[in-house]
Amino acid sequence: MRSGTSRALRALPTLFRVGVAETVAYRAEFLVWLLTSTLPLVMLGLWTSVAGEGPFRGYASPDFVAYYLATLVVRNLTGSWVSWQVSEEVRTGALAMRLLRPVHPFVALGASHLAAVPFRTIVALPIALVLLASSGASALSGDPGQLLCVLPSVALAWLVTFATLFTIGSLAFFITKSMAIANLYFGLFSLLSGYLLPLPLLPRWVATVAELTPFPAMLTTPVELLTRTLSGADLARLLGVQLGWAAATVLVALTVWRLGVRRFEAVGG
Amino acid sequence: MRRYLRLLGVQLRMSVASAMAYRADFLVEGAMSAAWMAVALLPLFVLYGERDTVAGWDAPSALVVLAYFMGVRAVVEGVVNPSLVELVDRIRTGAFDYVLLKPVDAQLLVSGSRYEPWKVLDLLGAAGVAVYAFVLRGHGPEPGHLLVGLALFATGVLAMYALWILCAAASFWVVRLDNLTYLLSAIFDTARWPVQVFRGAWRIVFTFVIPVAVMTTYPAMALLGALDAGTALASAGGALALLGLSRLVWRAAIRSYTSASS
Repeated sequence: MRSGTSRALRALPTLFRVGVAETVAYRAEFLVWLLTSTLPLVMLGLWTSVAGEGPFRGYASPDFVAYYLATLVVRNLTGSWVSWQVSEEVRTGALAMRLLRPVHPFVALGASHLAAVPFRTIVALPIALVLLASSGASALSGDPGQLLCVLPSVALAWLVTFATLFTIGSLAFFITKSMAIANLYFGLFSLLSGYLLPLPLLPRWVATVAELTPFPAMLTTPVELLTRTLSGADLARLLGVQLGWAAATVLVALTVWRLGVRRFEAVGG
Repeated sequence: MRRYLRLLGVQLRMSVASAMAYRADFLVEGAMSAAWMAVALLPLFVLYGERDTVAGWDAPSALVVLAYFMGVRAVVEGVVNPSLVELVDRIRTGAFDYVLLKPVDAQLLVSGSRYEPWKVLDLLGAAGVAVYAFVLRGHGPEPGHLLVGLALFATGVLAMYALWILCAAASFWVVRLDNLTYLLSAIFDTARWPVQVFRGAWRIVFTFVIPVAVMTTYPAMALLGALDAGTALASAGGALALLGLSRLVWRAAIRSYTSASS
């Protein structure tokens, strides 16, 4: 195990380089892909015009601007298509090649997707600048300590999202329709992560259900750190919950993978 | 003409047969339809839980727009989307050569080449939402309004189809553009709201540049009896003009097709 870890560590720089090269090679596709997460913009248009007629349950127009632009930034930084990638490799048998390599696919794919994050900022950064220049800037948190915690929180959100998507992709070992599950997942994600609506605006029971799932840790937590004034205790609790979900989802991902890979029989050669 | 109808019939039968082979999908697709319906309905309930009207739209009227959105999306995902995904694949691999060799119009052949029969569930869901909206209103639509509403539903679907053909035509020049289809459906997402709730530049974009208003808002207004004849004609005319444009672009794209296989 120890040698496995050190091997993976030594391979990391190369894996990053490969990831960067892949992203550059498919840059047009990549950009179009990033532009598809327009849902927050639609909701932004809707809610600012609603709030234009008067604040909506405590949310004024700048609050919505700040919320949805922050959502867009976090979503851009943390999203990935690893579930599609894994299920495709399982289906076509291309996974056989990956299994030959002495690095766990979770690490290899993780490194390749992490390498794409700098490119993701090409889209995320202009949005962040618009946010700072817009009316939403007044609704952002002003506490420097809290803002500093946004970075680790985004990193944890990335990990929870990646591990969950990896798990869904690994379901392809067991069922043929794993992409349908991915679609279903996105529906739940939209609803429970705060992607569609700020969680406080949801009906009470939906928000309660959301609290019991890893979805808020994927999106709402970093957005809250950006847009709300939190006490030190709340801050610690939010980050702690996020850390817990990160550990849990990675564990589930690795377990599902281990159970699934036993059933794997490569097709073709 | 009859040959084309028979051809479409054969293709439809093949898709239904393969869908029947995976009957368990019915459950998965049903669950998915329900989940997406919840996602679509929830913001509406949150919004109208607080407000009586938004930009002049009350809850039942906004529900009708949502029903149109779900209906157009069901048709697009059931008929247009699967066919065009297959087309992009054929262009990339060069298998499109065989389509061009056949003695029928290539656009027609690829447009109806594949169906997702289970999307009928989504269509039923859309009809259900529309019926519910009219129950809330307390009276059904007048027959004349119903007729115009259904006609504009058809032109709305055609407008969406035209946008898809434009995307497909683009993939003749720039291969591997399957992502563009995701972008298109992401933009179409705006159609779930009446176009009047968007202000300023947004509304102009969604009415004229990417005419989502033509696909859902105007048909819904027609069904509700709130659309004047001029706008109805302009809406239908705009959709048909877009269809014509997409046909021209398609023809130009076909001419510049260079096979990938040889």
